[in-house]
Amino acid sequence: MEARPVLPDAITAHVDDPRRRLVDQTLKRFQYRPDALIEVLHVAQGAYGFLGEELLSHIACQLNIPESQILGVATFYHAFALRPRGEHCCIVCTGTACYVKGGGEIVKALEAAYGIQAGQTTPDGRVSLGTARCLGTCSQAPLLMIDNTALGHEVVEGIAGRVAAALGKSSSGREPGS
Amino acid sequence: MNQQRLQERVRQLREQQSTNPCRVLVCCSSPCLSAGAGAVKSALEAVAAEHSGRVSVEVTATGCLGPCSRGPLVTVRRPGHADAVYERMTPELAGKILAGHLTETPPADNLLPADLPFLARQTRIVLENCGRIDPENLDHYLAADGYAALARALHDFSPEGVCAAVEQSGLRGRGGGGYPTGLKWQLLRKAAGQRKFVVANGDEGDPGAFMDRALMESDPHRIIEGMAIAGYATGAAQGYVYVRGEYPMAARRMHKAIRDAERAGLLGMRILDSPFSFRIDVRLGAGAFVCGEETALMASIMGRRGQPVPRPPYPAEHGLWGEPTVINNVETFGNIPPIIRNGPEQLAAIGTGRSRGTKIFALCGEVIENGLIEVPMGTTLREIVFAIGGGIPGGAAFKAAQTGGPSGGCIAAQHLDASMDYENLQALGSIMGSGGLIIMSEKTCMVDVARFFMDFCMDESCGKCSPCRAGTVQMYRFLDRVSNGSATERGLVHLEELCRLMKETSLCGLGASAPNPVLSTLRYFRDEYLAHIREHRCPAGVCRMTEVPVTLLADELMQRIAAGRLDGEAF
Ligand SMILES: Cc1cc2nc3c(=O)[nH]c(=O)nc-3n(C[C@H](O)[C@H](O)[C@H](O)COP(=O)(O)O)c2cc1C
Ligand code: FES
Repeated sequence: MEARPVLPDAITAHVDDPRRRLVDQTLKRFQYRPDALIEVLHVAQGAYGFLGEELLSHIACQLNIPESQILGVATFYHAFALRPRGEHCCIVCTGTACYVKGGGEIVKALEAAYGIQAGQTTPDGRVSLGTARCLGTCSQAPLLMIDNTALGHEVVEGIAGRVAAALGKSSSGREPGS
Repeated sequence: MNQQRLQERVRQLREQQSTNPCRVLVCCSSPCLSAGAGAVKSALEAVAAEHSGRVSVEVTATGCLGPCSRGPLVTVRRPGHADAVYERMTPELAGKILAGHLTETPPADNLLPADLPFLARQTRIVLENCGRIDPENLDHYLAADGYAALARALHDFSPEGVCAAVEQSGLRGRGGGGYPTGLKWQLLRKAAGQRKFVVANGDEGDPGAFMDRALMESDPHRIIEGMAIAGYATGAAQGYVYVRGEYPMAARRMHKAIRDAERAGLLGMRILDSPFSFRIDVRLGAGAFVCGEETALMASIMGRRGQPVPRPPYPAEHGLWGEPTVINNVETFGNIPPIIRNGPEQLAAIGTGRSRGTKIFALCGEVIENGLIEVPMGTTLREIVFAIGGGIPGGAAFKAAQTGGPSGGCIAAQHLDASMDYENLQALGSIMGSGGLIIMSEKTCMVDVARFFMDFCMDESCGKCSPCRAGTVQMYRFLDRVSNGSATERGLVHLEELCRLMKETSLCGLGASAPNPVLSTLRYFRDEYLAHIREHRCPAGVCRMTEVPVTLLADELMQRIAAGRLDGEAF
């Protein structure tokens, strides 16, 4: 595909954005090879928290691949979010070990407590509730991740209170570009 | 670095370690960290600093030791003494214990018995270094005979020789299929191609499995060494480690290990001053189960959607960028260094029938000891659950063990004495899988388990072929109806038909194996399905059964219409 012309002010608007710089450095590190797409999307998602439309078309342009392809990849993988997530993330593991030990009940309790479904964000943008298929720490089942802190061996009784307390202690849900 | 210099360095490192009066190993893998290992380590360092005038104490953060449900774990190692392993450490207790050791009055609080079955009954070959070395320290790996196998392969073996040794050991793939590894390597060695690739599959998508995570986090150099040997044996110069997206720590450690190995001349150009060059790059997955399938995994490495393509052509002919490629599970690579270092006989002597060597299992679910174990192939399920795992908590009865994740099945109590090997597990309707072993007690409803796995497969189906895309949805709907109380027996017949259809017509292993959990639960727990359908009752008390059952009347009416028999007689 032919590279699309990029407007000069669209470039200058991002020059000073450290997040954009991180993405651009990554593109450069992989020498703009199209097969680095997933690595670049990981960095972009880590920096911005989600993959916005403008960001995706920037990456498409730099790697010289069609936007349709990049959207296809970004929507195929669960790790990429196309919309901003809440300030905090609460992930309940629903892998087999956690499910057998009551992870499903915990999801239901939290859905009720926050009035949203798993996969959604509260209207005030504070908490995103999600589920994961095994976090690889099954010996602590059932397991929750509040941002980057794990709560292991949980029980459904009083779970909403403990999550709220953990959220209060947690500063931010985002990992700075890892 | 060349072989002599490597040996010299190993000798120095060993000497240094053996003269160290006290080494403290703190397990810092994910489960122990979330139980508070970080604070324990700081406390130990503080005590070590207090005594630093008198004795030198080395505090090391190691990878996973295994008995994860007892964490945080601390091991004290002193020359002339047996290792003392302590469980459930708190910062205060750990400090007290170390101080005790330094004053020759080691306390016995929280000390694990030396013959704890969980540890004593294992055969640790692949896991030999896990929980014993600092995974981020190349020297620790070298002191544990690391890279000796690579040096030996480059020095004493021809590429054919390496392939032959691997074949002779009887090693089979640990990622699920169990294809003989030596044979796979021979295929790649003989394949004609400009470039060849070696790929380590660390996607570990099975929920409830964490062997590969533990191995990558606890002993990353072992995988690098195994891959480099594979590269030498097959003529590949480039390797990729594909790490599951949910495991950022494993990816970080693999990255660091690769960098350290390159700096030391153990990877990269002209390894150990031989003509052999080999590079490895890490690729991070992004949360798609199907990417564990080899063709999907290759698509993902190339930056595309992880959708499988039909095989043949197999990766050995047409893999990454159309070039010959070999894909092995990371545990398979973990088996390689001991084969070259100690000879293929060691592995071949362990195991049963055509399943040689050991297998790592992630033991979890309703069992007292949760964690990572390595046992010889052919160990019985009873030995694993009751001797090593300590039985079911609260004295509840064992009901089933699930192996192989969403592609596997359940093994019922009557097969507790079955040997855990590739052929036998298949005969019982399950598979070896990658090693997740989830124990279920009488509190678990098998219909609910089948529904859970179908929900998983439905979510993870990539959507490319219709048997899998639509079949998983239909199966899920039916299983949902069984568990909410509105299914009929006729539906059960359809379900079994659908299982057969999906097995035979799906494009890749995901669809072809998705019916396995259903078929195996139907095989051993049919009465549970029937209790849901006929009696509107969940024997385990899990399903809520809130829906009104579809009456048999309507079902029978449909049958009559189908048979053209609407003769007005009373039903
Ligand atoms: C749906 C699906 C998921 C798979 N997931 C994994 C996995 O997580 N890890 C793995 O090593 N192999 C997985 N495999 C098997 C691989 O396709 C491949 O057979 C394996 O990596 C070969 O390595 P081995 O010969 O060392 O077992 C999966 C296969 C299928 C069909
Ligand atoms: S099943 Fe929850 S961490 Fe593995």
